[in-house]
Amino acid sequence: MLALLTRRFGDLDAADDAVQDALITALTAWQSGVPERPAAWLYTVARNTLVDQMRRDRASRRRLHEAAPELTAHHTTTENEEEDDLIMDASSLGDERLRLLLLCCHPALDRDTQVALTLRLAGGLSAAEVAAAYLLPESTLTQRVVRAKRKIREAGMPLTIPANLDERVDALLRVLYLIFNEGYLSRGSEHVTRVDLMLEAIRLTRQVVDEVPASAEAEGLLALELYHQARSGTRVDGLGELVLLEHQDRTGWNLDVITEADARLHSAMTRMAPGPYQVQAIIAGHHANAHTAADTDWAAIAELYAQLGRMTANPVVELNRAVAIAMADGPLAGLAVLDRLTGLDDYHLFHATRGELLARAGRPASASFERARELTSNEAERRHLERRAAETATAR
Amino acid sequence: MEFMILIHGDESSPRLAPGDPGFDEYMGSWFAYNQMLIDGGHWVSGANLAPTSSATTLRHTPGQAPEIVDGPFAETKEQFGGFYLISAENLDEAIELAKKLPTNSGSLEIRPVAFRPDAG
Repeated sequence: MLALLTRRFGDLDAADDAVQDALITALTAWQSGVPERPAAWLYTVARNTLVDQMRRDRASRRRLHEAAPELTAHHTTTENEEEDDLIMDASSLGDERLRLLLLCCHPALDRDTQVALTLRLAGGLSAAEVAAAYLLPESTLTQRVVRAKRKIREAGMPLTIPANLDERVDALLRVLYLIFNEGYLSRGSEHVTRVDLMLEAIRLTRQVVDEVPASAEAEGLLALELYHQARSGTRVDGLGELVLLEHQDRTGWNLDVITEADARLHSAMTRMAPGPYQVQAIIAGHHANAHTAADTDWAAIAELYAQLGRMTANPVVELNRAVAIAMADGPLAGLAVLDRLTGLDDYHLFHATRGELLARAGRPASASFERARELTSNEAERRHLERRAAETATAR
Repeated sequence: MEFMILIHGDESSPRLAPGDPGFDEYMGSWFAYNQMLIDGGHWVSGANLAPTSSATTLRHTPGQAPEIVDGPFAETKEQFGGFYLISAENLDEAIELAKKLPTNSGSLEIRPVAFRPDAG
């Protein structure tokens, strides 16, 4: 609805306000009964607000133009206020939704702003909910959104399907995966009141899959998110402590979700357009479909990480490959890969991984866990690393 | 809408002079870019500035007479070297046009024009 109104009136900020106002109006108006088509009702109220506002704007512009013609732009204001019927069929609404998502993730906005706008405008979360999800003061979040809306308006950022759609969809998927990870990693941390960013990201990814059916990567990302979601319940134990993949209770994994993820991944791969999300989904699928950690095809996973490394040039991928190699060929083989790895000295998982492999090889490991603990900001992870540091220190 | 593309680059990096091999091709790429803007109806204005060694800064302090300073506004790694003023449908088109500039270093800042007294 916001997308439709923004497109019609060309002003995201005003449209957002109008929708909020319509919702507030609905709170009182609907007490005596919800209208037959609630969405159409809301749309009409919001649109009328905007039309009123445009009339007022136009009148004041006219007054300004009469008073100081040299200060006003020459663009002619179109007076035709075509009061066409509500177009609310799903197809056009879906298209508008994609336009809005693409606008929220426009590369001319910084990453934090893209995330905030996507959740606030495309996801429809309140400013308070987004702020709580990212542990920010609500005023900071509101400021960020206000500044972004102003930039969108002033910088001339269009609400159109861009010519370079593939590139822009990549940017959009990156933001959605970022939101997903924030939700996935913060699960079970002390902030139990957080909105479920994980589910919100999945919902938005589904929209992208529906709207850009040609994108194999969009469906690949959806599969990846679903695999993670399927086992998110076992990632943390009853005490809020982190449980590593190999110790997770696999009977607690959601089979329905894994089945859907398998189907999504299969559907993505039939498009023969490989990409990093699909490769990551294949890896996650190997894990999700293995009955035990030992049952996992670690050699295949190591090869997939090598493939992923060629696609992304990200040292974290090499770290994961080291783990897979350690599982396939033993901790010393994994450590050999880690020793050749540079650029991750400030990354806690590098040291945590090194610690695990050293411990498995029977070598001193607590210093690595210590270093990892200093580097993480996640409370559950910190406790886990503290425990490992203590265990490996006494084992010596 | 109108956008200004502000061209920032390192002045001290070597550049071609008339007579150097490749100079004509280099200038040709700029002329071709200008022609592309004109043909597409995007051209409004543009200029290449003399180097910052020729800059003079007039600095205002409230309540005092403006101070005239020898040199650019700020010493930076990249200097403001020229601009294009273009007409484009929206930011996306402006970005696409800026991408076609025959520069391969430095940075281009794209800013919408808020108000231009001589706009037609």
